[in-house]
Amino acid sequence: MKIVVCVKQVPDTAADIKIDPETSTLMLDGVEHITNPFDEFAIEEALLTREKHGGEVHVITMGPPQAVDVLRNALAMGADQAYLLCDTAFAGADTLATSYTLSKAIEKIGGVDLVVCGKQAVDGDTAQVGPSIATYLKIPQLTYVSKVREIDSEKGRIVVERMLEGGIQAVESSLPALMTVVKDINEPRLPSLLGIRKAAKTEIPTWTAVDLPVDQSRLGLDGSPTWVARVSRPEQRRGGEILQGEIPEVVSQLVDKLLDAKVLK
Amino acid sequence: MALDFDLDEELESIRKMVRTFAEKEIAPVAEELDEKEEFSIKLTQRMGELGLFGPFVSEEHGGSDIGYLGYIIATEEIARIDGSQAATLAAGNSLGIYPIYTFGNEEQKREWLPDLCAGKKLASFGLTEPNAGSDAGASKTTAVLDKDTWVINGSKIFITNSSSEISAICIVQAVTGKRPDGRNELSCILVPNGTPGFTAKTMHKKMVWRSSNTGELFFNDCRVPKENLLGKQGEGFHQMLQTLDGGRLSIAAMGLGGAQGAYELAMKYAHEREQFGRPIGSFQVNAFKLADMYTDIEMARLLLYKATWLADNKRPFTKESAMAKLVCSEIYHRVVNQSVQLHGGYGLMKEYAVERHYRNQKLLDIGEGTSEVQRIVIARNIGVPGDPLG
Repeated sequence: MKIVVCVKQVPDTAADIKIDPETSTLMLDGVEHITNPFDEFAIEEALLTREKHGGEVHVITMGPPQAVDVLRNALAMGADQAYLLCDTAFAGADTLATSYTLSKAIEKIGGVDLVVCGKQAVDGDTAQVGPSIATYLKIPQLTYVSKVREIDSEKGRIVVERMLEGGIQAVESSLPALMTVVKDINEPRLPSLLGIRKAAKTEIPTWTAVDLPVDQSRLGLDGSPTWVARVSRPEQRRGGEILQGEIPEVVSQLVDKLLDAKVLK
Repeated sequence: MALDFDLDEELESIRKMVRTFAEKEIAPVAEELDEKEEFSIKLTQRMGELGLFGPFVSEEHGGSDIGYLGYIIATEEIARIDGSQAATLAAGNSLGIYPIYTFGNEEQKREWLPDLCAGKKLASFGLTEPNAGSDAGASKTTAVLDKDTWVINGSKIFITNSSSEISAICIVQAVTGKRPDGRNELSCILVPNGTPGFTAKTMHKKMVWRSSNTGELFFNDCRVPKENLLGKQGEGFHQMLQTLDGGRLSIAAMGLGGAQGAYELAMKYAHEREQFGRPIGSFQVNAFKLADMYTDIEMARLLLYKATWLADNKRPFTKESAMAKLVCSEIYHRVVNQSVQLHGGYGLMKEYAVERHYRNQKLLDIGEGTSEVQRIVIARNIGVPGDPLG
């Protein structure tokens, strides 16, 4: 099995990020960056698959030079190879241009049986890149996967469970395929010291626009039909109300309020 | 321009990994293990899986070979959360694995190191005796060669990692004869747990490191093969001194990490706790406490990392490791004392982690050479007139 995992570097979810009111961009100076948490589940699933079925795990990310950190983390966890897609031509890409670029990198890696992505990134929260990559690669997409039931690499088939609202859907698909995973799928491992050492020694190639079989006009900001017009914080929500008193009294107050709010009819 | 205070990416990754492990896997169980005085095989083996045992051991012998600084940072991060687990790690590495790796022959290394580095087994260093503490040369335990076996008699006390279910071997320092100057000749001998005549009894009712394993050892005509000698006969005292030089770095790391943990708890509480209508950290009297803690910790870290740098660069570091051990444990003392003070009455309760820090700190003034012994080591190495012990 040749598996590719697509990962993204995102601002630390624990950080309090401010928005520049002038430019509507996120003020990220001094903010720690981490691997998108959903992508860690994707890496883990790829490693588990390799442990069970053999093969190799390749990891790619598109981002600035410092995004190499998330690739080192994936290597430390046990991935075999990593590639950084880094070029000013890629900058400002929306989900369409990003998935186009990533799909071209996957084509360049070649012979891929399975692509694994996190269900979405925690910064943009679009959940579009995984499915778009599958569309570009013309392979089936299995989104919101919470369990891989079985893989038959000989016959080229995979059965997964998808976590849907109100239920689980089992889907069988041919390989190659792309899946996006949810956090219930596994428990990502911590890298070991040996893994960290190995990762520090592994050479990570950087691929620029000229290294990929791409149409230059479809990259970065120029290749993006959408752009972020404005970013703002959501309105502060009003604090809740705590009802106090004897239970029967409080319950009847609560019911009145729910009726007023038309929650109960 | 050689001075460089940056940690490289590899060391930052090690810190991050160990911090995540300590916060996710140790923190949730630390209070209960401490309360029950329970040694955790599970956490010990997890530390093994993550490669925390054998950081200075070659990959060929099962180690991760990340060097002393990586080891010190890992120990610091564990101690930030829990002294007991840090003790298991530090003693396992510095006192168990180190002597076997450094003084053992190839056969001894192949027999013991892979399982020790995997965290499946623990080795201990049997040095302290009921009547030989700071005066480590005054050991009464004897080993007499009877044809092809050593016959060992005596006892040891306060030996970390020596009596747990996974304690597999003890490096026993014993008197093996007289030196020409009339003093005892000391040698180190490998004695596997379970050898007839060797009893290891777990010590309970400790104030500190309650979920680490501490044993009292008894040797009664205990016989081990002649080949179990570590290095050469008569080298025991030097082996011990060299082992303790490195051990001090890891004990210092426990002081530094503990101080960091106690400081962070104080800072958090100083934000949350309100009195007189404002967070207590906003009062100058408390803000100054936090400023002092932070400054102390930075001093301790610089000294310890420098001593560690000397060790990694194969330079003498006896004096520096003694200074680092002394400073880190004393700074931990100051920091945790003020941290409990900031916590007020809550700091005296077991459900606040700072209470455990407060107890655990005290060991560091005493274990692996008391603060007084560290001062002797430093004084001897800076050229004071005469000998401070004489």
